[in-house]
Amino acid sequence: MTLIHFLVLGAFLFATGVYGVLARRNAVIVLMSIELMLNAVNLNLVAFARYLRPGEVVGQIFAIFVITVAAAEVGLALAIIIRLYRNRASVSVDELDLMKW
Amino acid sequence: MSGVDILFFLLAAACFGGGLGVVMSKDVVHSALFLLLSLIAVAGLFLLAFAEFLALVQVLIYGGAVTLLLLFALMLTRMRDFPGRLDNPQRPLSLIVAVAVLLFLLATVIITPWVSPSGELGEGVGLAALAQPLFTNWVVPFEVASLVLLVALIGALIIARGGDRER
Repeated sequence: MTLIHFLVLGAFLFATGVYGVLARRNAVIVLMSIELMLNAVNLNLVAFARYLRPGEVVGQIFAIFVITVAAAEVGLALAIIIRLYRNRASVSVDELDLMKW
Repeated sequence: MSGVDILFFLLAAACFGGGLGVVMSKDVVHSALFLLLSLIAVAGLFLLAFAEFLALVQVLIYGGAVTLLLLFALMLTRMRDFPGRLDNPQRPLSLIVAVAVLLFLLATVIITPWVSPSGELGEGVGLAALAQPLFTNWVVPFEVASLVLLVALIGALIIARGGDRER
């Protein structure tokens, strides 16, 4: 178990999230994929903190801020999705083309 | 291969498998549950990296709050979901993009010369050593983060309730 292991896992998790964001149709699942990507980043930050700067906690503090912003993002995004569903009766990202020209 | 290594690979498999489940499964609720699996596995990996506080926060916020919120949102926005319609027509293209991102990240990880400090890594820094800089050096970002949460809370409430005209 070294730094490389964590980074490779983070890369795989991030790529999975990218695929989910691009390929899924349901806006809630797109949001879940974004959460996967944020978790990959957190994993990397914690691994850096552990293996490159063992005595310091800056990596963990960054991860705390990422989690905070992710929580705010989930709350807001779900509010928007629920509102969209009420207005358009759909959460499919393909049908939400209101701002597309 | 030591026990810790085996634990790491188990958790990594659960984590990546859960991630694959999120993007592959045919049912949106299954996706949410796979996400829960993946997030809890990440909490376990945090423990292996001696980030105890983050593991706790991960279980509380992601395992508890975020998954619950997502399940509620799925419940409230019940799509007429028939199988096969969960994916976009651009699925092959997104597979290519995801593999490209993966290869790029892996290449970066392998090429970069990581300079680990020599000697033993020790037992982690502990909770007190984490709290000390968080409330001294990082207190301004910390307070800004709390403000962000407050604004997001109020904003979410206003957006979800609807404007004045529709009340």
